[in-house]
Amino acid sequence: MGMTLTQKILAAHAGLPSVQAGQLILASLDRILGNDITAPVAIREFRRLGRGAVFDKEKITMVMDHFVPNKDIKAAEQCSICRSFCAEQEIGGFYDVGRMGIEHALLPEQGLVTAGDAVIGADSHTCTYGALGAFSTGVGSTDMACGMASGKAWFKVPSAIRVRLTGRPGRFVSGKDIILHLIGMIGVDGARYRSLEFTGSGIAALSMSDRFCICNMAIEAGAKNAVFPADETALAYLRAHGAREPVIYTADSDATYDAELALNLTEIRPTVAFPHLPENTRTFDEIGEIAIQQVVIGSCTNGRLDDLRAAAEILKGRRCAAGVRVIIIPATQQIYLDAMQEGLLRIFIESGAAVSTPTCGPCLGGYMGILAKGERAVATTNRNFVGRMGHPESEIYLASPAVAAASAVTGRLSSPEEVMNT
Amino acid sequence: MKYQGKAICYGDHIDTDVIIPARYLNTSDPAELAKHCMEDLDSSFASRVKPGDILVAGENFGCGSSREHAPIAIKASGISVVIARSFARIFYRNAINIGLAIVECPEAAAAIREGDLVEADLDRGIIRCCTAGTEYAAEPFPAFVQQIIAHGGLVQAIADGVI
Repeated sequence: MGMTLTQKILAAHAGLPSVQAGQLILASLDRILGNDITAPVAIREFRRLGRGAVFDKEKITMVMDHFVPNKDIKAAEQCSICRSFCAEQEIGGFYDVGRMGIEHALLPEQGLVTAGDAVIGADSHTCTYGALGAFSTGVGSTDMACGMASGKAWFKVPSAIRVRLTGRPGRFVSGKDIILHLIGMIGVDGARYRSLEFTGSGIAALSMSDRFCICNMAIEAGAKNAVFPADETALAYLRAHGAREPVIYTADSDATYDAELALNLTEIRPTVAFPHLPENTRTFDEIGEIAIQQVVIGSCTNGRLDDLRAAAEILKGRRCAAGVRVIIIPATQQIYLDAMQEGLLRIFIESGAAVSTPTCGPCLGGYMGILAKGERAVATTNRNFVGRMGHPESEIYLASPAVAAASAVTGRLSSPEEVMNT
Repeated sequence: MKYQGKAICYGDHIDTDVIIPARYLNTSDPAELAKHCMEDLDSSFASRVKPGDILVAGENFGCGSSREHAPIAIKASGISVVIARSFARIFYRNAINIGLAIVECPEAAAAIREGDLVEADLDRGIIRCCTAGTEYAAEPFPAFVQQIIAHGGLVQAIADGVI
């Protein structure tokens, strides 16, 4: 029986000629990732395993991104645990303030993941790297600890949903609108335990930023991983970022899928997920007057240069509405620098937005933009659960950078067309 | 493994942000995390949960982030077992890895009511609602998972040489 793209990668990493859905395998790992929240727990568990050294210091990456620059003493101590461990284990892939970025933007940018890799990360959005043709999935700290010790992880081989993309997205429609639309179709557990495998002629019309964003939010549909085939666009990205030699896997023509979905990208409209689940999606014909108090543009979902360009196009020469706090967070130092050189930061600051050093901060309600009771935010982040960005009675509307920027200008949830056509 | 306790019931899609809000993730101390468990959904949880109580929920329990702090907080709060219609996959894996007993049983999850006395025999895959006098079948844990839970988690089970 044929294998899906994900199954091909997993079989190769398990040293097996073939695998099938439901099979339990032990796979060798090309990269193991943790951050300042999950790695301290993994380090504690690693110590309990009684192994002296990690299996391969070159394959471990720790990124201090959630609560850095440290928001308080406890957060500082979490980073200190990671810093000491990486120094002791001689892990060069330790990304601290000044060098760090939001992990899922940083790893591809630094060329740390290539096509065909098997990656685990103690962060649920590790599924992002599927955009590069890798198998990549989020795990907990214990799995990270065991991975650091052995270089391996066990997996139940997933079945897959195939999503066939056709057409091309219109102006102001990005990867965020596509993935929100898809989550709206299948629900927050629509791909639970499964792979989301993208295919079809529509892929060619998607930038890497679009693909990273789509794979990033696969977890919001419950997926184990999401994957795009490594086409010329992906290979050019890998070359430009100095990634290791790619290994290109393709799904067998007789692979079987649990379901097949078709998405015509031409028909997708700017889409917003209403509180308090990413599946509560609406397009602007279904959205009335919703006043907002904050806008956040950034995160592992939408903090890339293309995202900042999309926001700047709308904010250029315009002012953020009175009473709206606009926080823009480039996801990495390189993106920050590029945005500066392109003049995007000037546009943001002149519009009345605050620009921050990279941090996950507000996305998970850590710091740098916490909401008060009753406040509403439009955010380019990935979750709008109760209390995610602050008070349990605050509200998050998930949207693309273009929608977020347009809403910043009007002070209410607004489509980019509305702002750009007036 | 057999557990008995009073049921505390919640709905569908209980996410890791309500199980343990990220503002408390600047520590990984189980007792500290337990103080804030379920706080944004049910501020009375931490004060009313009793050791051995059984958490019962709907679809997709534990969806969202990969924070192991979520099952750690539930376990440290005294909950002995979580019964749900279904679990999000990272949470499911994390719960077993840290030695929190969990079981998927849609029928039991739908029937059990807040405050019911519940018995769960996970080795045999039997869940009994003592209050209603009803019994439900679940998939029993395979032997290696029983060992992980009995040893308090994957790392201890490896350290103890049982897997």
